[in-house]
Amino acid sequence: MAALVLGLTGCKQQGGGGDAAGDIVIGEVAALTGGTATFGTSSNAGTKMAVAEINMAGGLLGKQVRLVTEDDQSKQGEAGTVAKKLISRDKVVAMLGEVASGRSLEMGPICQKAGVPMISPASTNAKVTEAGDYVFRVCFIDPFQGTVMGKFAISRGWKKVAILIDTKQDYSVGLSQYFKEYFAKNGGTITGEQSYGSGDKDFKAQLTAIKAGEPDAIFASGYYNETGLIASQARELGITVPLLGGDGWDSPSLVEVAGSAIEGSFFSNHFSNEDTSPKIQEFVKKFQSVYGKVPDAMAALAYDSGMILADAIKRAGTTEGKALRDAIAATKDFDGITGKITLDEKRNANKSAVVLTIKNGKFSYVETVAP
Amino acid sequence: MQGQRYEPFAHHFPLSQFLQQLLNGLFLGSIYALIALGYTMVYGVLRFINFAHGDVFMLGAFTGLYLHKLLGPMMAMMPWPVAMLVILLLAMIICAAAGILIEFLAYRPLRDKPRLNVLITAIGVSLLLEYTAQLVFGATQQPFPVIIPKGNIGGLGGLTVTITQVIVLVTAVVLMIALRFIVMKTKLGMAMRALSLNPTASALMGVNNSVVISFTFGLGSALAAAGGILYASLYPSIEPFMGVLPGLKAFVAAVLGGIGNIPGAALGGLIIGVTETLVAGYSDTLGIPSGYRDGVAFVILILILLFKPSGLLGKAEREKV
Repeated sequence: MAALVLGLTGCKQQGGGGDAAGDIVIGEVAALTGGTATFGTSSNAGTKMAVAEINMAGGLLGKQVRLVTEDDQSKQGEAGTVAKKLISRDKVVAMLGEVASGRSLEMGPICQKAGVPMISPASTNAKVTEAGDYVFRVCFIDPFQGTVMGKFAISRGWKKVAILIDTKQDYSVGLSQYFKEYFAKNGGTITGEQSYGSGDKDFKAQLTAIKAGEPDAIFASGYYNETGLIASQARELGITVPLLGGDGWDSPSLVEVAGSAIEGSFFSNHFSNEDTSPKIQEFVKKFQSVYGKVPDAMAALAYDSGMILADAIKRAGTTEGKALRDAIAATKDFDGITGKITLDEKRNANKSAVVLTIKNGKFSYVETVAP
Repeated sequence: MQGQRYEPFAHHFPLSQFLQQLLNGLFLGSIYALIALGYTMVYGVLRFINFAHGDVFMLGAFTGLYLHKLLGPMMAMMPWPVAMLVILLLAMIICAAAGILIEFLAYRPLRDKPRLNVLITAIGVSLLLEYTAQLVFGATQQPFPVIIPKGNIGGLGGLTVTITQVIVLVTAVVLMIALRFIVMKTKLGMAMRALSLNPTASALMGVNNSVVISFTFGLGSALAAAGGILYASLYPSIEPFMGVLPGLKAFVAAVLGGIGNIPGAALGGLIIGVTETLVAGYSDTLGIPSGYRDGVAFVILILILLFKPSGLLGKAEREKV
């Protein structure tokens, strides 16, 4: 394991130089700081682990892989800037990232124009891969995720659900829309629709209005930071029904901020580290020995995105943009940590989702929902 | 949202829900009021807006966080009200010192220069504080420790009020009364008022203007720090830019109440807090998406500037030449 650790420290942020050393340079854009920092640090850890493993196994095409990571500070606008920098200054052959859909939407057209294939590990907004044929993702998309939670709510016998949308995030808007469509079509009633913007701290006004509609559950699909505050304020107002959300909840910060208030709520995710399959358990063990914590979905997806890229480079036999793009597009039944991944003609991954609940401060597996 | 209308209030307009929204707004407003007092005092004495005030508020919250980490074991042995007071008072003292230092280093050298210079310097100080904080504390949101036990106050019928909210309101009111006492009944307060009326005359009467200005900054920063800790207790997730929006709203509150007027700042804070909450809470009925709540404060600002530029409690002042 020492070699692996060494490998990891070897691929820290490095500036400039292109592939002067004869390495294959891969760019990564991640939110290492700011509002969604745990997404970025997790995905960065997953990517680094994938790169270290690839290099330990002899690299690709006889060369070593060098990862250049740029922090976009969780800021809209910054992701595009650092992506441009990675392409023009570091001359990356492919791009990994972002987690947040809003920021991937920004990077997509830039990578497309430069002819640099981009794989987003976890951006679920449907529009992300519509940027062009160089943009891929290894996760499912919002229509599916929203529908999964709609199905789940119906199966629990919940008839009335209120919706709380983060209108600043394309992700939350999309998820809410698909949840609403499925839920309303299958006999459910939406008791109210409230909105807020990322960075808000006070949700009592919206929650008081939601409470009046007496819903059986609240679909709050924002990211973890606001969701933590929403959960505690909901409980303070005497709202006892569960909250429902998507993979944007997947962060230890959720429980840190919300404490017991988030217990018994549900969210859809890409992967559960409680899954007993040997492949997943081996990944969890490896990750734990390097980083001292269990991997979350963002880490697993980022690991998969790195491995799929490596697989495509091997199959293409070159890092030239067009050939590499074609090889990524041809990915079929790739046996990843987050499931069997096949990229469809829209460059999205077709795979199942898991529903998790929060129990004793931990994310625990409830069920798997197939596409 | 288009095409489909949800009308949860079509049948009735429950009074208890309205009261709950009023309460929500009141607690939020009491914090805006605390921050607004700092703006107003500095304006009253120096005739300039200290835009770095919202960042001292942020500094207060982080000071509270680190004090709690530092004194953690000791805190555990004390009953929570004592522990809370210790953190609150220490943070207020530390931030008062920071405020005095900021004035000394950034504003004092510009005292005889045009007011615009010092205003722009204040914006610079604000950015300096924000990005230094990002460097030192990290840009990530951090959970604020529970210094006031969680729980609800019973016996209010359908209304819910948490212990935290009550403590926040009580502390805010106590601090405002203390401030009023300092300004109206103490010698330094009298000097502050004298300076505010006419700096040259007060200097001639033997008031040491520099000391009074330092004291004003210290006092304002202490209130901002208290506001920061109370805000962080209500919304326990803090980051280096947390002071920007509350700072702006408190500034609007100060203008609304009549800038330079202390009771006006308190009143302005409450009005902003309540309006914002009602807009968000009744967005369906009003037809304004609740995401626009922050915009409301600024619409109010524009209306005041149009119709009553001196603010609700402010006196119309003729420009001194």
